Order: sequence, then C-alpha cells, then structure tokens
Amino acid sequence: MIAELGLGALWMAAALAVLQLALACGLGGEQGRSLRTIRSVAIAQGLLTALSFGALVWLFLDSDMSVKLVAANSHSQKPWIYKFAGTWGNHEGSMLLWVMVLALAGAVIASLERRIDEPTLGATLGAQAALALGFFTFLLLASNPFERLDPAPIDGRGLNPLLQDPGLAFHPPTLYLGYVGLSVAFSLAVGGLIRGEVGPSIARAMRPWVLAAWILLTIGITAGSYWAYYELGWGGWWFWDPVENASLMPWLAATALLHSVNVLAARGGLRAWTMMLALVAFSMSMVGTFLVRSGILTSVHSFAVDPARGSFILALLAIYIGGALTLFALRIAHVREGAPFEVVSREGGLVANNLILSVILGIVFVGTLYPLLAEALSGEKLSVGPPYFDSVASPLALVLAALMMIAPQLRWRRDRQPLLRRAAPGVLVAVTVLVATLLLAPDIGWLPRLGLAVAAGLVPASLQPLVGRSLRRTPLATWGMALAHLGVAVAILGMASDSAFTRETLSAARPGERINVGPWIVDFQGVRPIAGTNWTAIEAELRASKGGGVAVLHPQSRFFSEPPTTTNEAAIDSSWNGQLYAVLGERDEAGRWQIRLWWKPFVTLIWLGGGMIALGGLLALLGRLFRERRQRIRGEEAFA
Amino acid sequence: MSRALRFVPLAVLLLFVAAVAWRISVPADPKVTSKLIGQPLPAFHLAAMVPGKPSLASSDFAGGGPRVINVFASWCVPCVAEAPLLLELSRRGIPIDAIAVRDRPEDVAAFLDSHGDPFQRIGSDPESRVQLALGSSGVPETFIVDGQGIIRYQHMGPITPNDLPQMLAQWEQVQ
Repeated sequence: MIAELGLGALWMAAALAVLQLALACGLGGEQGRSLRTIRSVAIAQGLLTALSFGALVWLFLDSDMSVKLVAANSHSQKPWIYKFAGTWGNHEGSMLLWVMVLALAGAVIASLERRIDEPTLGATLGAQAALALGFFTFLLLASNPFERLDPAPIDGRGLNPLLQDPGLAFHPPTLYLGYVGLSVAFSLAVGGLIRGEVGPSIARAMRPWVLAAWILLTIGITAGSYWAYYELGWGGWWFWDPVENASLMPWLAATALLHSVNVLAARGGLRAWTMMLALVAFSMSMVGTFLVRSGILTSVHSFAVDPARGSFILALLAIYIGGALTLFALRIAHVREGAPFEVVSREGGLVANNLILSVILGIVFVGTLYPLLAEALSGEKLSVGPPYFDSVASPLALVLAALMMIAPQLRWRRDRQPLLRRAAPGVLVAVTVLVATLLLAPDIGWLPRLGLAVAAGLVPASLQPLVGRSLRRTPLATWGMALAHLGVAVAILGMASDSAFTRETLSAARPGERINVGPWIVDFQGVRPIAGTNWTAIEAELRASKGGGVAVLHPQSRFFSEPPTTTNEAAIDSSWNGQLYAVLGERDEAGRWQIRLWWKPFVTLIWLGGGMIALGGLLALLGRLFRERRQRIRGEEAFA
Repeated sequence: MSRALRFVPLAVLLLFVAAVAWRISVPADPKVTSKLIGQPLPAFHLAAMVPGKPSLASSDFAGGGPRVINVFASWCVPCVAEAPLLLELSRRGIPIDAIAVRDRPEDVAAFLDSHGDPFQRIGSDPESRVQLALGSSGVPETFIVDGQGIIRYQHMGPITPNDLPQMLAQWEQVQ
C-alpha cells in the first residue's frame, strides 16, 4: 500500500504542477486572486512530493523487497543508515529526491516571497512549475521508483560498497539541495525576463537562494573531496573526475552569481550578467546531474547508460535551458543597464571576478566534454586529465586570488584613493613568503610557490575590511565575506603545500620491516584478518614514529560480498602540521605486502578552508536575513 | 551586450546537445574485457580447496585440450543460479576447473553438496590474487582457455540460459 500511496502522491503533485503552469500562463485580469491560488497550489505540490519521497524512504527502511527499486539496491542485512541512504543511492530515488527539493523550493518561494511584484512572482512560480513538470513526467513515464516486483525476491542485491560510508550517505542530498536551490534563481531570472522586471528587487529575492545553494554546494564539494581522499585510497583530493566537475561547474557559476547579484541588489548594475549567470548556474546543475546519471562520460560513479532515459532528460534539458537562453537573447536588449561605474571600483573588481570565474568554468566545461566531442568528430578516444586542468585552471585561480587581495577594499562606483597603501600589507606578506620559499625550498615548482605566496598575502588582505571599524557594528555580511575570503587563502595554502611538499613511498615489505617517509619512521608489524557487519578485511598494523610520539595506523583491504567488491580503507594519522596517509595493497608471490605511504604537510588546510568558506557564506546569509527582518519590522512600525 | 554575443550561450548548449545526442545514438562499447584475452594464463599455483579434489596450477593448462575455468565462491548468490548451467556444460563433456575465491573448505564442500559438482580441480585463492591476475573483478566469472594455455574467452557475471549458446559456440571455436 505504501508504494501505491507514494505513486498516487506523485501523480497528484504532477497534476498540480500542470495546474500551476496553466494558472501562471493565464494570469490576467484577476491577478490578486489567481496569485493566491498559485501560491496554495505550489505549496500543495511541494507537500505531496515530500509525501511521495517519504513513502520511498519508508519502503527502504522496511526492506520491502516487493518493490523493484528496493530489491535492486538494498539488502535486509544492511545497517539501517545505509538502507536510508539507499533511497537516493540509485537512479530513480535520486531523481525523486531532486524533484522533491525542486517542488519544496517552489513551495517556499510561494509562501514567503514578498520582495518582488505579483506578476513577476506569478511568472516565476510558472517557471518553477514547468521545471518540476518535466521531472515529474520523467519519473512517472520513464523511471517509476515505486514499480512492484512479482514474485518478490527473498533478499535484495545490496548497495555499492564504495557508497557505504556515513559521510557519503549525506553527500548527494547536500549537493542536490544546492543544485536545486539554484533552480529558484533560474525561475526568478525567467520570471524577471518575461516581465521585463530585472532590477534590485529580483536580485534581493534571488540573493538568499543563491547564498544558501552556494553554501550547500561548498559543503558538498569539500566533503566529496575529503571522501575521495580517504575512501578511494589513491592519496589525492581532486581528480577532475567528470563527477567532481559536475559539482564544480555550478559552484563556479554560483560563486560568480553570488558576487554579481550583490552589484545588482546594491547598485542596480550588471543586470544582463546577473541574469545570464542565474540561467547558467542552474543549467550547469542540470548538465552536471545529467552527465553523472546518464553515464555518458566514463567516471568512477557512473550509473548505467539507458538510451531511452538519457534521451528523455536530454530533451528536457534542451527545452528548459534552450528556452531560457532564447528568452535571454531576445529580452535582454529591453533590460536597461544600471548605474554606471569606473574600471577601478567595487563594481570593476566584481566584473573581473565574474570574468575570471566564467573563464575557469569554460575551461572545466570544455575539458569535461572534450573527449566526447573529439570522439564524435574524429572517432578518436582520448581522456583529459589533471595535467590539462591543473595547468590551465590553477594560474587563473591564482590571478583571482591576487585580485581578492585588493577588490573587497574598493569603493562603489569609483575609487580615487591610492591603491598601493591599502594593498601594502598583503603584498608585503606575499613577497616575504616568496623570498622565503626561494631560500628554504628552492626545488619546488613555480605554481605551488606562487600559490603559497599569494595565499599568504591574502590572509592579512582578507581581514583588512574589518580593520579600523567598530567590530560590533560591522554587519554580519562583512564578517562573512572576510571569513570566506580567509577560507580561500587557507584552502590555497593547503593545496599549494600538498603539491609542493608531499613525500611518497611505495614499498614491498615483510612484517618486521621498517619504511621511511618524510620525517616518519614506520614499522610494519604485520597483518591480520578481521570482520565487520557486512564485510571481511585484511588489516595491517603500522607503528609510525617521529621524534617523541607514536601513531598506530590500521589500513585495510576490505572485501564486501554483496555485490562482491574490494575496497581499500586508507588509514590516516592527523597532526597539527599534516597527515600521514597509509594504504595496504596486495601480497606478492614472495609474501611481501605492498604498502604505500604519504606524508602530506598541511593538507588538512584544504578542507578547513572549505569549511571556513561555507561558514562565511552562512554568516552572510544570516546577516542578510536578520537585516531584512529588521527593516520589515521597522517598515511595519512606520506604517502603523 | 552585442547582438551576436547574446546567442553564444545558446550555441554552446546546441553543441552540447548534439554531442550527447550522438553518444546516446552511438553508445560506447560498454563491455569491459580482460586485457589478457589472447594472452597466456599468468603463472599461478593454488592449493587444493577441498579434500579429494586436485589443486590447480597454470601448468595444468599447457599441452592438453582446451578447458574452462570458473571463478566462484560459496558465499556468492549468483553462483548458485549459475550452478545448473555449469553442470549442463560438464554433462556435454566440457572439462571445468574452478578457482574458489576467499572461501573455506567446509563452505565449498557444502556448496558442492547442495548445488552439484561440475569441477575436476578446485584451487583455493584466499586473497583473490589469482582472480585479479586473471583480470577478473567479481564472482562468478568464466574463462575458456585453449590447449596452449591461451585465454580465449571471458564471461563476466553468472552464465544464464541465454548465454549458453554463446558459450558453446566459443567452445567449438577453440576446439
């Protein structure tokens, strides 16, 4: 019954999306009343979709093997948390999660949005309903998550063991919330373009959604990077895998949007750019999700290719993005550009930020799709890997970081103050670090060297906007910006330190042997078999010492029986100045074990920086929301 | 923003859609095969898995006729489904050897008791080393090896009734 309840709720939600779209299109004479109707339809649609998703979660927790999706992706012996996560660890479930977040986001704007005029809100809710409708149709016609299986099997087939990790259970939903949060920015841009109302009010309505989506994407990407680092056992934190790029591309667009939406909200400028970025950011979410879910590109996380489903989503994508971009091309001429500004100004800095981020986005987009294009045009199979991305994207990222040392201190419209004095602290620190690395570590590459210097300079520069003002009076959004920019500096320090100073050894050792890596002396004590809830493993014991303390590491080679898969569980010892990372490989004919060790100085700064960026975003979001609330209360008081 | 520039994003999208539509209509070859097909078996020597049944080594495949190697485990559910089809192949006179992966003698013996025993030799591969050397990534998998010890065919996953004609055709070819 639960499965039928979920399916019924999904059909009803789809019907409401049709109604919502029809009402929005016919929004004519009785504006006020039909907008009230649209609002309640959107809320009901959101709740029904949530009910449908709740039913699927129930079926997974209950291990109801008569449902095809549960039988294919779950197993009764699995810990409950993975049964729960199994709900979205597959194609159908993840699409249902996607559409639920989309519908709930629609419900939230329908019930809370008061900043934009009613016809624009109507058009926005129409756009949101059109988006949801496409995905409802897809679920109901091409990938029904509630399909029954007759006869029901005795037990299920399990969940990919690589995905059996508590961090990963909550990684996809975080990214999805981020992706779909951008759908609201997309719908607002479409609504604004349709109505010709592109101005500060749209930007203010868009801003909290963009910020929230961007915070979640930042958390998702940071967590995903750490997951890849400790779970995949290859010792790296970014591989430029198509799936990683799928989340990085919307993040880059959202980062640019986050900055330009402020210009539009505060100064009425950058109208065309902001609308463009709002369309591109969500388009990248759709493209990314499509690439991941269709298995079009070869990746560690690809789900199986299904031509019928692939063409369906591709058609949706072409209609929505194509439609929005056509609308943009036709309507943008009618949008007046906002207040003028000079090159050296806060706006000028933000334009530069937008351009650099857009170019990086273009580079990643081209690199991700190039293998596909090349094969389509010449039949040649090739792959684009880290060397391309690192060598092209990293210098641009450094230019952007260098720009961050001065841009946040510029004034709106025009800035005639001497720049050098304000840039001095950052430049001084950067030059000092550059000279220090030349003297102390002459062998490292130029890119990591410049990375260390620029990032070090960005540390004082990020804090400068807080200097000389009353800290208690400083708006929360300014604190947020300073913290996020400081986070960027910290993350770059981690990345540069990792690529400059990492030490690696691969050895074949017998129990009792000793291995050196960086400052560490590692004694290989031996191996033993151990068993977990649904796996068995061979575990090594390594005693690592450096000066005083001793750390014991237990890397495992883990084996899951359903479905049969081997995974390497890296063992990591963290200290204040870096991580010792150990992976157990195979045993050779002579009885020696392959042991791979890395000493990674300050690598943890990468994720600490990511966390600081997200926290900075959160402070800015809270600051904006509090301020708006205060202004509204004040407005209401003045009115009364 | 100039007129032509406004249509650039649309053009990029069309290019993307065209490339992906091409990939959907001309799917990439999804079959992952062992790089060892056409190559000699890697050298290995596995201890006997169950009492009364010979051990298995790569030297067993040199000089005789063609043979089949089945990689299986008693804990593997698809292997149960596959068991009757292996019995069928063995009934047709095809010699089958097995590599039991990460298994215990008593479990294998129980598996053979309840699902039939088509195997002439069974080697024990407790750490999957030979399995991985064969380019096999999961259980069950089945290889056809010719009289010179060259791997000629690899079947991934359980053999189903639909796969039987293909298996037999491959077997005819190596004769």
